[in-house]
Amino acid sequence: MRSVRTLVAAALLLLPAYHAASAEPKQGGILKVYHRDSPASASIHEEATYSVNIPFMPVFNNLVMYKQDVPQNSMESIVPDLAESWAWSDDKRKLTFKLRQGVKWHDGKPFTSADVKCTFDMLMGKSQQKFRKNPRKSWYDEVADVTTSGDFEASFNLKRPQPALLALLASGYTPVYPCHVSPGDMRTKPVGTGPFKFVEFKANESIKITRNPDYWKKGLPHLDGIEFTIITNRSTAILGFISGQFDMTFPTEVSIPLLKDVKKQSPNAVCVVEPVNVSTNIIVNSSSAPFDNLDIRRAMALALDRQAFVSILYEGQADIGGTMLPAPGGLWAMPKEMLETIPGYGPDINANREQARKLMQKAGYGPDKRLAVKVATRNIPIYRDPAIILIDQLKSIYIDGELDVVETANWFSKVARKDYALGLNLTGNAVDDPDQSFYENYSCGSERNYTNYCNKEIEQLFSQQSQETDVAKRKKIVWEIDKKLQEDVARPIIYHSRMGSCWQPYVKGITIMVNSSYNGYRYEDVWMNK
Amino acid sequence: MFAYIVRRLALMFVTLVGISIIIFVLLRVVPGNIVDILFDAAGFVDPADKANLEKELGLSDPIVVQYFRWIGGLLHGDLGYSYVSEKPALQEILPRIPITARLAGLALLFSASIGIPLGVLSAVHQGTKLDYALRIVSLSGLSLPSFWLGLLILMASVSLFGTMPIFNPNPKTWTEAISIYCVPAMAVGFRSAALTMRITRSSMLEILRQDFIRTARAKGASEASVNYRHALKNAILPVITVIGIEAAFLIGGLIVTETVFNIPGLARFLVEALRWRDYPIVQNLVMLIAVVVVFANFTVDMLYAAIDPRIRYGD
Repeated sequence: MRSVRTLVAAALLLLPAYHAASAEPKQGGILKVYHRDSPASASIHEEATYSVNIPFMPVFNNLVMYKQDVPQNSMESIVPDLAESWAWSDDKRKLTFKLRQGVKWHDGKPFTSADVKCTFDMLMGKSQQKFRKNPRKSWYDEVADVTTSGDFEASFNLKRPQPALLALLASGYTPVYPCHVSPGDMRTKPVGTGPFKFVEFKANESIKITRNPDYWKKGLPHLDGIEFTIITNRSTAILGFISGQFDMTFPTEVSIPLLKDVKKQSPNAVCVVEPVNVSTNIIVNSSSAPFDNLDIRRAMALALDRQAFVSILYEGQADIGGTMLPAPGGLWAMPKEMLETIPGYGPDINANREQARKLMQKAGYGPDKRLAVKVATRNIPIYRDPAIILIDQLKSIYIDGELDVVETANWFSKVARKDYALGLNLTGNAVDDPDQSFYENYSCGSERNYTNYCNKEIEQLFSQQSQETDVAKRKKIVWEIDKKLQEDVARPIIYHSRMGSCWQPYVKGITIMVNSSYNGYRYEDVWMNK
Repeated sequence: MFAYIVRRLALMFVTLVGISIIIFVLLRVVPGNIVDILFDAAGFVDPADKANLEKELGLSDPIVVQYFRWIGGLLHGDLGYSYVSEKPALQEILPRIPITARLAGLALLFSASIGIPLGVLSAVHQGTKLDYALRIVSLSGLSLPSFWLGLLILMASVSLFGTMPIFNPNPKTWTEAISIYCVPAMAVGFRSAALTMRITRSSMLEILRQDFIRTARAKGASEASVNYRHALKNAILPVITVIGIEAAFLIGGLIVTETVFNIPGLARFLVEALRWRDYPIVQNLVMLIAVVVVFANFTVDMLYAAIDPRIRYGD
């Protein structure tokens, strides 16, 4: 009898918790989030940082998007957004979207296929209006043109089949812009069709968006608005979250040591650590001495103790892999057994380094003739810290590195001028798809291929995998490419980082994506159980 | 006196012209410009787009043309546009002035109202336990970096009160309204207070040993009268000089304090603008600060004349 009473009492105690968990979403409330920095502008198409995506993605819709409550972005998680449906032509060279009717821009003007054409013409550099910067122009290299048929149908006509185009269109980086608003105005007062309307963007202060009462998805969004307070000092921001002044941290911005602090001081906070699909890698200037010597490049790759980086900087919570994001978050990573066959990835670090020293000796270096190089990197801790570890590791193979910290303003100019021997770099991938990663970072002539690595044989494989519709076959080609890129020391990958996100327990409906930090911020399903 | 004022005003004009040239040239000597940074945010550099943008922003014009365009605009009240926000520079700068002015004013008030009385107290009780205690406080004020003190205050607030005084444009209670300014002002003013205290103490000690103080005591003046009417009045000149200099240097302390307490004031804005190489904001803001400093010096000089009748300028 006593046990029955205990069970009933326990059930009664748990009932409110159950109700809270399973409760219907509540309307209202302003979600307060701190923002890590002041973005350059509000125009997603002109920027290449999720500092812009996070606050402004809720203002827009895409043609299609990654389902916001599915953590892993994949072809299967792509759902209609402004497009009601899509269809490929038989030859896979035409992708047609049937567009939603009755959708209005925040300024009341109707959304039509002309807006779709305008947006992508601008992205392809084909319209009179131009973006000030167009960092993802190369995404549409295989699109011949965008055509419309009536007000509610738009087609992408491709030069060759490219199934991954749909993945690129689903990215948070690919919102549809209105034709009638200039790119300049979109930088300061963006107009979208999304669940939230832009209110104000005060540089270095705050970004405010408010509920769109006329949103075409009835009943959404749940929140009345979102306020991003820009706090550049990380300690102040975290203290603000701990003291309850913020409902959520800036997503994927809490480092592992800080996460421990948060959990200790705010034990009820919900915190997750997920991969962000940002790799820390080495850029090597192979066009001039000494790294024009493949032996020295290979020796450097062999000297890396990747696990040491992961242990020191991430307390073990980062992933080791090739170009593509490692599993289980990543969809395209090569199997562990294959990875370990790549020079430098094997578990025996001493043996690797012994081999590296032999290569250095072959190149004319040794204990009495050490190679002095400058290791350039940006003057930001996430760049600087691994660069210091890299310098330490290179000592073991007769390379004396000297840290050359470069101010952000001068980093890309320096890299573009090839004014470096070795550099430590971070590469973020918006979409977990080889087309985005390979073409952007390794293709001959790509603007973001900082090292100018160009291998015609690999270029053919890029094209082959891009056209392959069978996923299993495509994966095999992708693995082959990734392996070859690492063997060529094109841009040696050190690790793929993971970062934490925390929110107060009353915030519901947040999903942190596990294979991209650019696509999961529509926030139309988020609500607060307050 | 009149001739002195005219001479000082003419010198101020020449100083400001010189400063404007130095600011303008130095800003452009620093490697990288706004276009480099905008492309950095985009993760690539397109030389053609970069050249177009430089042309659009007027950065490809000769530096002399750019300088006279700026000065011409200034004379017409046109400060140009922020390269980053694309809003008029004046619109960006003006709302931030009262925030920083309030903070700086409170910090100076804190520094004077704490530093001077404690300095006097320390001098009057020289060699006592109170004197040693106050000297330790003043030394700690000079040694503690304001960012560290600021963070310490925030951490203590969170652990003691469960909240912290970071900036909120719409404070809900009067206590919040006071704390969002007073706490950072104390953090930044602590160092100035310590300095003021030390200068007041040493100046007072020097004055207290002079003959006229002995005479005042011999005539039967009360200790309070001796200390405050006779000694402090004569000891205050170097203190005013220090407070004047501190007012000028306060901007440095405010940069850190505004960052730690997340106050959207001028100091933090200046650093951000500098990081972005937002020339119209930086050059106008630095010019504004230069004007404030030059006028603060001028005011201090005028105060000398008002406080100390021995000083007769232009005679």
